Amino acid sequence: MRNPLADKVVDIKPSGIRKFFDIVSEMEDAISLGVGEPDFDTPWHIRDEGIYSLEKGRTFYTSNAGLKELKVEICNYIKRTQGIEYDSGREVIVTVGGSEAIDIALRAMINAGEEVLIPQPSYVSYEPCAILANAVPVIIELKAENEFRLTAQELLDAVTEKTKVLILPFPNNPTGAIMERKDLEEVAKVVVEKDLFVISDEIYAELTYNGKHVSIASLPGMRDRTILINGFSKAYAMTGWRLGYACGPETIMEQMLKIHQFAIMCAPTTSQYAAVEALRNGDGDVQQMREAYNQRRRYLLHTFKEMGLECFEPFGAFYVFPCIKEFGMTSEEFADRFLREEKVAVVPGTAFGECGEGFVRISYAYSLENLKAAIGKLRDFVERLRREHKG
Amino acid sequence: MEETESMREQMLAIIERNSRIDLKELAVILGVEEIDVVNELAAMEKEGIICGYHTMIDWEKTAIEKVTALIEVRVTPQRGQGFDNIAERIYKYPEVNSVYLISGGYDLLVTLEGKSLKEVSTFVSDKLSTLDTVLSTATHFILKKYKDHGTILTKKYEDEREKITP
Repeated sequence: MRNPLADKVVDIKPSGIRKFFDIVSEMEDAISLGVGEPDFDTPWHIRDEGIYSLEKGRTFYTSNAGLKELKVEICNYIKRTQGIEYDSGREVIVTVGGSEAIDIALRAMINAGEEVLIPQPSYVSYEPCAILANAVPVIIELKAENEFRLTAQELLDAVTEKTKVLILPFPNNPTGAIMERKDLEEVAKVVVEKDLFVISDEIYAELTYNGKHVSIASLPGMRDRTILINGFSKAYAMTGWRLGYACGPETIMEQMLKIHQFAIMCAPTTSQYAAVEALRNGDGDVQQMREAYNQRRRYLLHTFKEMGLECFEPFGAFYVFPCIKEFGMTSEEFADRFLREEKVAVVPGTAFGECGEGFVRISYAYSLENLKAAIGKLRDFVERLRREHKG
Repeated sequence: MEETESMREQMLAIIERNSRIDLKELAVILGVEEIDVVNELAAMEKEGIICGYHTMIDWEKTAIEKVTALIEVRVTPQRGQGFDNIAERIYKYPEVNSVYLISGGYDLLVTLEGKSLKEVSTFVSDKLSTLDTVLSTATHFILKKYKDHGTILTKKYEDEREKITP
C-alpha cells in the first residue's frame, strides 16, 4: 500500500500541550492552571435562548454567512465598540469559533509561497493554518522587554517582498499582552507602506483591563486591509458553542465565504440564536466577568511580586506569563517538575513558540480560592528551587 | 480605580458573597491600599449600608430541626401611620426573620423560623392573627431550599473543563 498521507500535514508538529495533558489526566488530584477557557458557565439567559430555539424547532441550516439578525447585531456591536461600519449583508461571516475564521482568512488570501508574519508567543493554530494554506510562516519573536508587544521595527525587519499578511494576536494568549492605540498606529504605518494585510485575532478584546480594546481596523486606512476576527467564547464564556465571526472588506469576505460554504455550510444554528441574545443583553455579564478576572489578575501579580517572581503586567486575556529563567531550567523542565512535585499544571511558554522559552503560562480562569491553593504551592516550589539553585 | 464601577460597589459585591475575606487580600484584588478598604468599610458600617455580617447555614444538613414559613398578611393601614406601625409590631417578635411591604394581593410578607410546625402555627394563630389591624393570613411552609442568598444549596460546582487547553 502506498503512503496515504500528505507530507504537509505529517510535517506539522503536534501541539506541545499534548504531553502535559496526558500526565495531568492521569493525576487524580492535580490542580490545573493550564486551562484556556473561562471558568464561568455561559450566562443563563443566553443558554435559555439556545434552549428556546431548540424547543421552537429551529434546527435547520442558517444561510451560509449566518443568521441575518446575528450579523446585524455583530455589526452594531463593532460600530458601538470600535466605530467601524461593516455591511451586515456582505462583510460579515459567522464562523465555527474564531479558529475557523483564521483558517479561512488565510486560505482566501494566500498564494503558495507567500509569507505570513506570525508574532510569537501566540496561539498554537496560526502556524499550522498558514502551512495548510501553503503559506510560508515567518515568526516574529516578541520580547519581554517590550511587554510582548509588536513594534514597528520588528515588523519592518521581518517584511520581505513575499510578505502578504500579518497576524495580529492581541490581547494575546499566552502572554496577556495588549497593543494600545499608539502601538497600533506605528504598526499600521508599516502595514500601509509595505502594502500588507492584517488578520487581527481579537477574541480576547472584551478582556482588556486598562481601558478599552482598540482594533487596528479602526485606524485610518486600515479597515480595508484588515480581517477582524472575534467571537463569543471568551467574552461570554461560550467556548463549547463554537461561534466566532470575521468582518472585513467585501472583496476578501466574498472569497472566504466560498471556503466556509463548502467546508462548513454554516455555523451551528442553536449557537447563533444564543449569540443574538448575548449581543443584545449580555453587556452586564461581560462587565461582571471582566471584573472578576481583573481581581484575580491583580492577586496573581501581587503574589508574584511578593515571591520575587519576574512578570510584566499583562493587561489582557486571562493569562500571566512569568519569567522562570532564574531557576536555570527550561520551561518544560519547570512545568514538568512543578506538576510532579506539587501537582500543579502550568503550560510551558515553548508550547506557544520557541521564544516562549524561559516563561510559563498561568491561566487565571479559576476561582480565587483555587488560585490561592495553587499559588501556595508555587511559592513552596519556587523557594525550593532557589535553595537548590544556590546550593 | 480604573474601573467605572465605584470601589464601594465592588467592595459590596465581594463582601456580600464573602464577608470573611481578608482585608489585605480585598485591597489587593481591588488594586487599592488596605487602609482605604478599612476606612471605606468603617464608613459603610456607620452609614448603615453594611448592617451585619451573617453566616449562610444549610440547616438541613445539621441535626437541628428548623421550620421556615412565609406568611402573607393582609392588614388595614392606619391613618397617619400607613403600614409602619403594624410592621413594627410584627418585626419586634424575635422569631420573625424578615418583614417586607409587598405590592399586589396582600400587604406584608413575613418570614419566620420556628422549631416545629406547631410552633409556627401557634405564633400565627395566637400572635399574628390576633393583632387588631390584621385582616387575614396565609402561611406557606418551605419544604426545600434550592437556592438561598444567591447560593445554590443542592449541588456543588464541579470543574468539568479539560485540564489543559491551548
